[in-house]
Amino acid sequence: MTTTGKSNRTRVNRRQFLGNLLRTACGVGLLGTGLGLYSRQASSLPALAIRPPGALPEEEFLGACIRCGMCVRDCPYDILKLGQLGDEVPTGTPFFTARTGPCEMCEDIPCVPACPTNALDHGLTDIKQARMGLAVVVDQETCIAFLGLRCEVCFNICPIRGEAITLNYQHNDRSGKHALFIPVVHSQACTGCGLCEKACILEEAAIKVFPTHLAKGELGKHYRLGWKEKERAGQSLVTPDAEHRFNLPEGARYDLQGKGLILDAEKQDDELPVSANPLDTLNKGFGGD
Amino acid sequence: MKLTRRDFVKSNAIAAAASVAGITLPAAKTALAAEGDADIRWDKAACRYCGTGCSVLIGVKDDKVVASQGDPDAPVNRGLNCIKGYFLPKILYGQDRLTQPLLRKTNGQFDKNGKFEPVSWDEAFDVMAEKWKAALQKGGPSNIGMFGSGQWTVWEGYAASKLMKAGFLSNNLDPNARHCMASAVGAFIRAFGIDEPMGCYDDLEHADVFVLWGANMAEMHPILWSRLTDTRLTKEGCQVHVLSTYENRCFELADNGMVFHPQSDLAIANYIANYIIQNKAYNQDFLDKHVNFTKTPTDIGYGLRPEDPREKAAKNAGKGKLDKITFEEYAKSVEPYSLEEASKISGVPQDKLLKLAKAYADPNKKVSSYWTMGMNQHTRGVWINGLVYNIHLLMGKISEPGNSPFSLTGQPSACGTAREVGTFAHRLPADLVVANEAHRKFSEKVWQLPEGSLNGKVGYHAVLMHRMLKDGKMNTFWVQCNNNMQAAANLNEESYPGWRNPDNFITVSDPYPTVSAMAADLVLPTAMWVEKEGAYGNAERRTQFWRQQVKAPGEAKSDLWQLMEFSKRFKMEEVWSAELLEKAPQYKGKTLYDVLFANGVVNKFPVEPVEDGSGNIYANDESEHFGFYVQKGLFEEYRLFNSAPDILKKGHEMAPFEAYHKARGIRWPVVDGKETLWRFREGYDPHVAQGEGVKFYGKPDGRANIITAPYEPAAEPPDAEYDVWLCTGRVLEHWHSGSMTRRVPELYRAVPDAVVFMHKNDAKKRRLRDGALARIVSRRGEITARVETRGRNRVPEGLVFVPWFDASRLINKVTLDQTDPLSKETDYKKCAVKILKA
Amino acid sequence: MADRRKPGLEATRDKGWVRSHKWLLLRRVSQFGILGLFLLGPVAGVWIVKGNLAFSETLDLLPLTDPHVLLQSLLAGVDPHKEAIIGVAIVVIFYALVGGRVFCSWACPVNLVSDAACCVRRWLGIKSSTQIDRSTRYWVLGLTLVFPVLTGTIVWELFNPVSIVFRGIVFGWGLAWVLLAGIFLFDIFVSKDGWCGRVCPVGAFYSLVGSKSLIRVVADDRDKCDDCMDCFEVCPEQQVIRPALYGKEKGIGPVILSPNCTNCGRCIDVCAKDVFHFGSRFANEKPKMNSTAEEADERKYVDAA
Repeated sequence: MTTTGKSNRTRVNRRQFLGNLLRTACGVGLLGTGLGLYSRQASSLPALAIRPPGALPEEEFLGACIRCGMCVRDCPYDILKLGQLGDEVPTGTPFFTARTGPCEMCEDIPCVPACPTNALDHGLTDIKQARMGLAVVVDQETCIAFLGLRCEVCFNICPIRGEAITLNYQHNDRSGKHALFIPVVHSQACTGCGLCEKACILEEAAIKVFPTHLAKGELGKHYRLGWKEKERAGQSLVTPDAEHRFNLPEGARYDLQGKGLILDAEKQDDELPVSANPLDTLNKGFGGD
Repeated sequence: MKLTRRDFVKSNAIAAAASVAGITLPAAKTALAAEGDADIRWDKAACRYCGTGCSVLIGVKDDKVVASQGDPDAPVNRGLNCIKGYFLPKILYGQDRLTQPLLRKTNGQFDKNGKFEPVSWDEAFDVMAEKWKAALQKGGPSNIGMFGSGQWTVWEGYAASKLMKAGFLSNNLDPNARHCMASAVGAFIRAFGIDEPMGCYDDLEHADVFVLWGANMAEMHPILWSRLTDTRLTKEGCQVHVLSTYENRCFELADNGMVFHPQSDLAIANYIANYIIQNKAYNQDFLDKHVNFTKTPTDIGYGLRPEDPREKAAKNAGKGKLDKITFEEYAKSVEPYSLEEASKISGVPQDKLLKLAKAYADPNKKVSSYWTMGMNQHTRGVWINGLVYNIHLLMGKISEPGNSPFSLTGQPSACGTAREVGTFAHRLPADLVVANEAHRKFSEKVWQLPEGSLNGKVGYHAVLMHRMLKDGKMNTFWVQCNNNMQAAANLNEESYPGWRNPDNFITVSDPYPTVSAMAADLVLPTAMWVEKEGAYGNAERRTQFWRQQVKAPGEAKSDLWQLMEFSKRFKMEEVWSAELLEKAPQYKGKTLYDVLFANGVVNKFPVEPVEDGSGNIYANDESEHFGFYVQKGLFEEYRLFNSAPDILKKGHEMAPFEAYHKARGIRWPVVDGKETLWRFREGYDPHVAQGEGVKFYGKPDGRANIITAPYEPAAEPPDAEYDVWLCTGRVLEHWHSGSMTRRVPELYRAVPDAVVFMHKNDAKKRRLRDGALARIVSRRGEITARVETRGRNRVPEGLVFVPWFDASRLINKVTLDQTDPLSKETDYKKCAVKILKA
Repeated sequence: MADRRKPGLEATRDKGWVRSHKWLLLRRVSQFGILGLFLLGPVAGVWIVKGNLAFSETLDLLPLTDPHVLLQSLLAGVDPHKEAIIGVAIVVIFYALVGGRVFCSWACPVNLVSDAACCVRRWLGIKSSTQIDRSTRYWVLGLTLVFPVLTGTIVWELFNPVSIVFRGIVFGWGLAWVLLAGIFLFDIFVSKDGWCGRVCPVGAFYSLVGSKSLIRVVADDRDKCDDCMDCFEVCPEQQVIRPALYGKEKGIGPVILSPNCTNCGRCIDVCAKDVFHFGSRFANEKPKMNSTAEEADERKYVDAA
């Protein structure tokens, strides 16, 4: 072996080595870009796949879930599935489909402690605090309750019935005498368990569970609800209204915060002759009745 | 015996599970298409389920019901339906419809322990008739029995009544309405001398105050509840009071919701009467003119077998003869029920009871009381019905718009069929009774029977039938149009041993393989609902007709066809004594069919094309088969009992047959073509003459009875071992035993299994979580069901509620066969159980 | 020289079939045994092991965690639970001792496929192979660790055939078979030992875990070698054999030190001369030689291949 030969070989090796390196790096880089781009698509959760209770927000969840399936195994109702290759659900991540297998809302939430990585937040100990999604009455045209039929299957099945779903009784203008029992979902209580969606008797459910961000509107950040603010504060947020006096004919009163103009002829028999508001009496003067 | 029973119970659970699992397969989806509405033929029909009597329009195409809608012109429901009604067409097309007769056989011969094999109708009736003849020969008319239904059409009930009572001369005919309405009937007859409510559904719009006494109307009478709710929403000052042994869905609307201890409704009702008397709020004028005061014997037992110690201990077991008393005596009898005492007995806070009493006592408030099974399925059911009438009568709040004590019914024709055409063991058509000689005489005349032929002895009632089967004193039993093996209490000790008693031959007619069919020897496939021409009578006395819309599948035949065809198998000589036949020699050599149905009256009307107003022609399989207009003939003969000039009891008049095919139901009495909304009130009721004001013409003196009855404890209160009350009932999504609704995939999905509704604390004490399997164990049997503490029914501690629709969880293995000793109606609401971890 | 399409013929002849397939059989038992344990629950309802290779619990007691997945999860900013950490510790210590890539040949289900592909390839006599550099896997490994940092999600687990296939078997297939078929075809027609030997970052990760592992294959009887080349033929990481087998003259010890040796033991099986045995990395008695040259040479063999 000559020195020249050796250096030549070394040079060739180095060139080869660099070439290989570059080639591999490029290949892997290309692969990486491809995977990365595809992953953005592959990790988007379809609207009807619902994460188990306690699941972190989707972005964090995909970082935390190691796809081990422990939650699936510990679900006593076997409703959880892992996304399979070809599903729309990110591969290996747990989900359930409300229409076919909703969360039964176990009191002890066995799927949560099964999670080794906190992808299902172990801080969740009360299943009622779970927010897997939000039920939405998506179609008032086909929901037969809106049409006046007596269904209420979603309401009946709701495990937090009366809080998450309530019935809003309304007069039925069409029939004139059969009240409507309108189901109303309340986001502050709905866990998104999906029992309602499963139970919905329509061919295509009129109540569906969606991820909360899809289901929920948001009020302009600047706007407050006056009556709620007042209720919370226990009083008017500004100086209370000044005392009002009105020019009124005899036998008429004016209830500023309530009924407005009251003519005594309208007074009902069973009503006491005095208003509950002493100011009314005081301000009436002696001239009246 | 033991082994068979276990086998049976196992096989029934498996079969039920399998059949249900089967029909939920997507492949089993019936093709009820909405497209191509143009060539759908629409016609009206009454809903198949409850006693509300909603009308629906049925869409037929190619001999298949492909569509339905609420009937917009029906006054009851105005185009609406409940969730069950929404799926009506699907109940016809469950994938396991029975299409041919099935007989238990081994080696080609009938064998009580054989397997079911398809047989021809001929073979089925041959074997059955042979068994019936043998039974008649062995024990006479009391040795055969039939169990019918408030789901029979009017003429089916009438034909059954005639076949059993006039043909076989047996009064062993009872309807499943015995489990449902018998207490209401008893109380109607005792108080007013005539059955069925005086008011109508229009009370729902006219009352100011509604009081629910043990009726979960929100789920069981959904359309009526929406009417009540609408009134509550739109009428100022309207109040809803709800009484129940647990918080049900009605409590959501209640202004005054009261959960009382089981059985203590007796004390509450007496307290209200006492309050009215103490405050002199009663309507003196009304009492003077229209009311008698009476008392009923007390300590009457619980309708158990006579050897039960509770029956032996009862002083006046089964007694109900009324004694007249004075107003003062009556007042004294309710005096012990002070507010404090009533609150103590019932567990209802005093302020709530007071609020309720005040509502009744307020002369300016119109009050309607509603009740169903809470009051009827009660060992003191006749009493408590009566106690509520007492309140209304004291105030005179009765028989006028908005003032109504109203007994709701659970079956589509509990009134129209079970009660009106005489299918009870003690009744004849149109409120006549077998024990009354004049009534028998009149019936014999109408039915062209020789004098003295009708049996004057009251037949076996529903519960007694099962006991007699078990004891071998009744050897043949035909069950039509209901599922009594799933319904009757105490399956393990009474029903099942009775049916499987080797001496007995049990026939079940049903469209589906029900629990009853599984326990039968012969199963007859039955045409249901709109597969035949029919008529139902709802809770407000409204009779509704429908035409046959489609053919029944396979060889399925209507109950009517079965009854009439079966009657052809009997020669008069085989069923009547020679002595009796001597009195009517013209019947010699004839068959029961000739005497009962080809009698010149029933077969008076020739077959005619059944046509609606739009010129559509409908089939009528029975008419075609028998060669005359069967339904019309039967109905017109039945009208001889209620509408002919010589009838014994007025007030039950009906319109001619044709009128009903044209109308969305007509409320009887129908006099001069006009229907009746409120009975016993001048102006509204044609039988109350001008100037009479109010007349309870069911009683000879025109006065209604106030009947005092005390609080008495239940038969089986919880004790140290069996420590909670069991109450059973229904859910909105399923109807009765679920044989129809559990075959609708959507309804099954909505409520697949029966659960045990429990209080959270009770569950915790037994280390049961929501969804855990629990055993519900009584002295008679047990089932397992999942625990539900968050469900629609919020039960108090010490009480559990289990619905009975679930064929794979037969809660009637657990319940006690106790009855009201007067009405013989089973109390399904109160027995003692313990709950264990499964 | 032995028939290249049927390596191990001589060994079978000399040692008998069982001895010449001993480690292969044991490996299959191990691979199927692990799958079987995981399947026992869902199939037979006997829950000895729950979960999958990412995380599992045996008898509700012993947690095992895939360190590669957990590392990705950590990089995504997750605070895992005690069990997960314990599980990782157990797994890392285990593989650090027995050899990181023992995972590949004794546990990983994809190995069954790549072994099969190798067989088919040999049977079809396919020689051509796209040269994908064996270091590619470390680049891919790097990629899998960069992704979570950049995106906050465990991107690799969307694609990882190892976990997808195992999950597929234990939890339900979906389209996982497509992926498996892809690897199979890739290994046959595109690149010999393409997936496991060149691309798979899981193997790469485990090679790092086990880089100083205790148990190693030792060519202690290398003097007996008759150059039949059967061991090279069956070895999925051929490059690892050469230094130990032929390095005597260059002063290289008989222990196969390369972290990419999967300890599959196939070379032991197919060697008619019983050149190879399992031993410890400390059995590396080096022949006396210029130490610097020796190390340099060894590195060259290890790295360049």
